[in-house]
Amino acid sequence: MTVESTAASKPRRSSKRVSAVAEKGAAASAEQGVAASPAKAAAKRAAARKSAARPQQAGQRGEQAGRQAEPELVQLLTPEGERVEHPDYDVDLSTEELRGLYRDMVLTRRFDSEATALQRQGELGLWASLLGQEAAQIGSGRALRDDDYVFPTYREHGVAWCRGVDPTNLLGMFRGVNHGGWDPNSNNFHLYTIVIGSQTLHATGYAMGVAKDGADSAVIAYFGDGASSQGDVAEAFTFSAVYNAPVVFFCQNNQWAISEPTERQTRVPLYQRARGFGFPGIRVDGNDVLACLAVTRSALERARRGEGPTLVEAFTYRMGAHTTSDDPTRYRHDDERQAWEAKDPILRLRRFLEAQGHADEAFFTALDEESDVLAKRVREAVRAMPDPDDMSMFDHVYADGHALVDEERAEFAAYQASFADASQEGK
Amino acid sequence: MTAEKMSLAKALNESLRKSLETDPKVLVMGEDVGKLGGVFRITDGLQKDFGEDRVIDTPLAESGIVGTAIGLALRGYRPVVEIQFDGFVFPAYDQIVTQLAKMHARALGKVKMPVVVRIPYGGGIGAVEHHSESPEALFAHVAGLKVVSPSNASDGYWMLQQAIQSDDPVIFFEPKRRYWDKAEVDTEAIPDPLHAARVARTGTDLTLAAYGPMVKVCLEAAAAAQEEGKSVEVIDLRSMSPIDFDAVQRSVEKTGRLVVVHEAPVFYGSGAEIAARITERCFYHLEAPVLRVGGFHAPYPPARVEEEYLPGLDRVLDAVDRSLAY
Repeated sequence: MTVESTAASKPRRSSKRVSAVAEKGAAASAEQGVAASPAKAAAKRAAARKSAARPQQAGQRGEQAGRQAEPELVQLLTPEGERVEHPDYDVDLSTEELRGLYRDMVLTRRFDSEATALQRQGELGLWASLLGQEAAQIGSGRALRDDDYVFPTYREHGVAWCRGVDPTNLLGMFRGVNHGGWDPNSNNFHLYTIVIGSQTLHATGYAMGVAKDGADSAVIAYFGDGASSQGDVAEAFTFSAVYNAPVVFFCQNNQWAISEPTERQTRVPLYQRARGFGFPGIRVDGNDVLACLAVTRSALERARRGEGPTLVEAFTYRMGAHTTSDDPTRYRHDDERQAWEAKDPILRLRRFLEAQGHADEAFFTALDEESDVLAKRVREAVRAMPDPDDMSMFDHVYADGHALVDEERAEFAAYQASFADASQEGK
Repeated sequence: MTAEKMSLAKALNESLRKSLETDPKVLVMGEDVGKLGGVFRITDGLQKDFGEDRVIDTPLAESGIVGTAIGLALRGYRPVVEIQFDGFVFPAYDQIVTQLAKMHARALGKVKMPVVVRIPYGGGIGAVEHHSESPEALFAHVAGLKVVSPSNASDGYWMLQQAIQSDDPVIFFEPKRRYWDKAEVDTEAIPDPLHAARVARTGTDLTLAAYGPMVKVCLEAAAAAQEEGKSVEVIDLRSMSPIDFDAVQRSVEKTGRLVVVHEAPVFYGSGAEIAARITERCFYHLEAPVLRVGGFHAPYPPARVEEEYLPGLDRVLDAVDRSLAY
C-alpha cells in the first residue's frame, strides 16, 4: 500500500478545509514519520510543492509516493535569462521576434492588470487573471498559423491577443453585456467556454472536420489542470486518438483549480496521461516563452503531418487569484508565490534581451508608454460599453426562429411599451 | 404520387439516406451505427454505401459524441448523432444544455448549430432499466433546443430531413415501440412544417392532444369513444418545442374540452405546459378543466408492470369520461 492511499483512507474531519489540509499533512508526515498538525502540514505542503516545481529535487518525494520521478521540463531559457540547449526542441528567432514576444507578454500583462483594476472599480462583474501565465499563452499563441483554430477557456487573454482579437471584445462577458459576443470565425478564436473542459471536445470535433476537409491546419484546445479531471477531457483524448485528429491539447497546469491543488486532480504528472490514450505528452516550462513556442510548434506540425494529437503540459503558476471572487490566502502560502515570482516569464526574457543587447532602455520605455495607451483604451472602451437593449435577450435564441420566443418577445415589447404610454398619459 | 408502405424504422433509414445523398456535409455518428446499422437498424446499410467517413462509429462516450458533433458543426458539418437509448443521453446532457443549446446566442448569431440528436425513447418493449424513459420535457425546457417526435412513418421520413436541414439543434425523439408500425409514405409530397401540429382525427366533443407513441393510443381511444357516441378529435402535436398552440386552441375552441396524453411523468411534464397555456387562451371556451394522462412520479418500472405505468386505452377513455362529466 502506498503512502498516499494510507492517507486517503483516514476518516474525514468535519471541516472540509481542515480535512484537506490534514490529509495532505498525513501524507507528508507519513513520509517523514512524524505527527502533523494542520499548520505544520500546510507549511510542509508548501515546501513539498516548491520542491515539486524543481525537477531535480523532486525525485525522492515522487518515488516514495509510488509515482515516477518528476520529469524534466523542456526549457530553453532559465529563470536567470540564460539560453540553454535542449536535444529535441529549439527556436531560432530574430531579435525583432524576440522583442515581439516580450512586447506581447508585457502588453497582455498590462491588459490583464487593467481588467483586474476595472473589476475592483466596479466596471467589471468578474475577471479571471492570467498573471504568471503569459509565457505559456504567448509562446503557444505565437506558434499558431492564421488558419489554425483555437478553443480557449475563459483565461486565454494572451492567446486572444496573439490571434488579433481586440482585447476589449474579451471584456463584454465580464461586464455582463453578452456571453461571448465575438464571431469565432473572424480570428479562428472560439468563444470563451466557462464549463470546464467542454471545449476540448469541440476542438476535437473541429479537428475531425479539418481532417475530413483535407486541410493541413491544426486545432489547439486550452484547458487547465482542474479540467484534466473532467470526463469530457478524457473523452476528447479518446476521440482525438482513435480518429487521429489534428489537435493539440495545451494544458496550462497553473497548480491550482481554485483551491484544489494539482495533487487533487492526478497521481501521475499530467503529461503522462497522454500515453494511456496512445499519443505523446510533453511537459514544458510554462514560464519559458521560447520553450512553449518550440514545443507547441512541434506539436502543431505533428498534427499537420497527420500524426494525430499531442498533449502539452505547460508547467506554470497562477500568480493571482482564480478570479476576482477568489481569495487564495485561504488555501496557499505566500512563500509559494514568491518562489514562482523568481521564475517570472517576463522578467527572464527581459534579462535575456538585456544580456544579449537585444533591447535598450528606449525599447522598454517605449513599451511602457504603449502599455499605458493600451490600458487607457481598454478603460475607456469598457466604460463606454453600452448595456444591451432589453429586447436583445430574445435575439439569437434560435437561428430559424421559434414560436414561443416570438410570442414572448411581443408580450414583453407590449409590456415595455405600456410604461411609455403611461408616461405619455401623465403629461 | 410515389407512396410506399414502410415501417417507421425504414422511413427513418430512408430519410437519413436521402439527407446523406443530398448534402455532403451531413454526417451520421453514434455507437454501433456503422457495421451493425444501429441497435434498432435505423442506420442499416448507410456506412456500406456512404463510407466510414460519413457514417461514423464512435467510442462509447455520449458526451464525446455530442461534444465532437458541436465541433464538427462549427467546422460547417451537419452531424446527426444517435444516442442509443433515452436513458443514456444524460452523460451528454451537459454538452447539449450548456453548449449545444447556447452556442448560437453566445456568438450573437455568428455561428449556427445544425446538430440533430436522435433518441429512441419511451417504453412498451419490455426493456431493462434506462431503456424506456421519456425525458422530452427536460429538453423542451431549455431555450435554444428544438424538440420533436414523429408518431408515424410519414412524419419520420419528412421530419428527420427537416430537422437535419434546420440550422438549430433539434432533439429528435423516436418512439421506439412504433419503429415496426407501417404506414404510407409519400416521398414526393410537400410535407407539413416541422413544428406544425396535425389533426389526426376530427371530432366535436373533446380534444385529445398527444405526440410520439401516444398518438396511436389516442386514435384507438377516439375510435372506441365513437362507438359510445362521443366525437373525439385527436391532435398529433409532433413538436414539443415549439408547441403549435394555435392548432390546439383551434380545436379546443371547437370542442371545449382537452385531455393531454404522454408517457412521461405528468408532474412538470409537457401536459402541464399545454394545460396552462390552453387555459389562458381558451378560458371562456373550456367546459372542463384540462386533464392530463401520463406516467407517475416514480422511476420507470420493471418491464413486467410497465403496461400499468404507461397510459393505455382505458386510462385515456377514463379521462375522456371525466372531462365529459363536467
